[in-house]
Amino acid sequence: MDLVVINLIDGLVTGLLLFLLSSGLTLIFSMMGVLNFAHASFYMLGAYFAYQISLYVGFWPGLIIAPVLVGVLGALVERYGLRRVHQYGHVPELIFTFGLALLIEEIVQFFWGKNIVPFEEPAALQFALFNIGGNAVPAYKVFMIFVAIAIFLGLLYVLTKTRVGMIIQAALSYPKTVEALGHNVPLIFMGVFGVGTALAGVAGVIAGPVLGTFPGMAFLLGSIVFVTIVIGGLGSLFGALVASLLIGWLTTFAATYNFEFASILTAFGMERPEDLSESYLRDLWVLTLPQIGPILPYLLMVLILVVRPYGLFGKRDA
Amino acid sequence: MSFKTKFGVAAALALSVSATAVCAEEMKIAFIDPLSGPFASTGSNGLHQFEFAADKLVNEKGGILGGTTFKVDGFDNKASPQESLIQLQVAIDQGYKVIVQGNSSGVAHALTDAIEKHNKRNPDSRVLFLNYAAVDPALTNDDCNFWHFRFDANADIKMDVLTDVIKDNQDIKKVYIIGQDYSFGKAVSAAANSMLKEKRPDIEVVGDELHPIGKVKDFTPYARKIVSSGADAVITGNWGADMLGLGKALVANGFSGPVYTYYAAGSGITAAFGEAGKGVIRLVAEGQLNPPPNDQVVEYYKAYKAKYPDGNIDQPRIYNTIGFLSAAIEKAGTADDVVSIGKAMEGMEWDSIFGTKLMMRAEDHQVIQNMHVLVHTNEGVTFDYDNSGFGTVTESTIDMAGMDSPTTCKMDRP
Repeated sequence: MDLVVINLIDGLVTGLLLFLLSSGLTLIFSMMGVLNFAHASFYMLGAYFAYQISLYVGFWPGLIIAPVLVGVLGALVERYGLRRVHQYGHVPELIFTFGLALLIEEIVQFFWGKNIVPFEEPAALQFALFNIGGNAVPAYKVFMIFVAIAIFLGLLYVLTKTRVGMIIQAALSYPKTVEALGHNVPLIFMGVFGVGTALAGVAGVIAGPVLGTFPGMAFLLGSIVFVTIVIGGLGSLFGALVASLLIGWLTTFAATYNFEFASILTAFGMERPEDLSESYLRDLWVLTLPQIGPILPYLLMVLILVVRPYGLFGKRDA
Repeated sequence: MSFKTKFGVAAALALSVSATAVCAEEMKIAFIDPLSGPFASTGSNGLHQFEFAADKLVNEKGGILGGTTFKVDGFDNKASPQESLIQLQVAIDQGYKVIVQGNSSGVAHALTDAIEKHNKRNPDSRVLFLNYAAVDPALTNDDCNFWHFRFDANADIKMDVLTDVIKDNQDIKKVYIIGQDYSFGKAVSAAANSMLKEKRPDIEVVGDELHPIGKVKDFTPYARKIVSSGADAVITGNWGADMLGLGKALVANGFSGPVYTYYAAGSGITAAFGEAGKGVIRLVAEGQLNPPPNDQVVEYYKAYKAKYPDGNIDQPRIYNTIGFLSAAIEKAGTADDVVSIGKAMEGMEWDSIFGTKLMMRAEDHQVIQNMHVLVHTNEGVTFDYDNSGFGTVTESTIDMAGMDSPTTCKMDRP
């Protein structure tokens, strides 16, 4: 039972982290209709910027400055890169962001090297907040949860309750009309892109000390972010939240329980053969749940696409 | 007539030129390992250590055999066996005579297989395979061949050393074994199980599992499982980002027993563990740095630090590989005929500056050397890793570890 509670907490941390990434990505997609392959790279930049800043002034200023820097960088990329490519259609846009992801990885390696950099949690949060059955819950994880929830609430408020949010939502569906009403739609696009990448930056800053800050970190998280927004429904903020939490809990629980597939086979009345190398099902006999944990989100995505092609909360076809 | 003379002179000149060219030639060594992707840091640090060892041991001394120098070039295999085979072909086509590789036994299996076939079919362009870190025991047992030489202790020898240490620690009653899901991780698990059973039958293995390699983003769930299993010690063969992730998650989530590892040092890992891993992380490795065994090591390390201020010598076996190869070339008297070099290496003994003798066992091409169990700490560290103040200090030493370990290798010699 203790393990279930602790897994719920761990899964929540993973899920919320994923949400910080996928929320920005899904907003950008719903606005511009383009999948930003470089999104996870902005996450990595956030971690590296914060690491560099932490060397001079500590972790806390980095938590603010790094995402702002990443956001400004993202806005510049939109203004001087994507916007120019936009007129040639979606495929050049995709290729542009794809190239950008490769470029950012190389740049990071150029400045910080290929090694893991020692980006640490702030000393003030390096203690176990409480224990559940011998399992310590680090204070930093609780801090991550609060940051992510605060950002979700803030985002929800801005998008649904403020004038800016209304204009953004209107620009999502009827950009031409909004433009005709005198609003600067390209500026809104730039702002959304900047905020989206800044959110990825925040995720990088708070995840860097826990998951390790190294040039492969974007690659590790890149594909799962896309899976998240496909499951949640492209363009749906709420869908991104639900899908993120779902994937967080799914992978956490799958990694914790050593469920053996052999028990399913025996339940079907089959007997474990003496010599496994001759058996057609030898892989199934030795397979355990943690081994296939990382592919479960992809399996879920395929299932969702079959049953609800527009995702859990999506409003249109993916 | 005059035409003939001229031709003869020209031919003689050409011959003499090519003869000197043979003397002052280059021994081209292809380093096939990941230089991009999640394991890039491990690969590029290895490449630096190879280049440096080649320069210090061979090139700066004017080469061997009167002027043959070593040239090490990196080929990025992206940690994939398929990509490695492509890079192998490229290297062979460009005239490389020696292939060095270490990261991932999966890749090593693919390479040793391909090299054996290539050497059989193309006697004119044969290559040697010097494996400096892929430790799946099968490579020097059932899957051995004449062209493959291993300069790291294999997983069984390392586990033998680790279990010797665990045997003497009466506080350990329960052990958790975790590794990456591929041939090496499986070999570690098999060796740990059988050796613990033999040396300490009272120890209970409370967990034994494999996780996908390079795919786990967060090791927290694994750490939870290990802590709640009540394990006193963890044994893992993880490396690269997987090692760091596992170690950090274990410490952060309240595990305080020893974590016995193969590869938990250098490449940023030591710095990232820092204070958290102190006295927890232990590794089995060759080559002693702290305390330094002699002045040559001090000098060599300082020279390396001067060239790569951010680097570490975390793999003394790379020094050993280059040193052993150059000694074998001297012994064979040729840098061209890889068969003679290979035969010279068989059974050869060579003294490394890292306080050990190296012996290349002829029957399976497994190097035998002193092995140490090191502890991650910041006390008594002369040479730290990652400029972090933390390093590895020798806790115990097994002389010529695995000297009479059995082998099933039956190789055909050319």
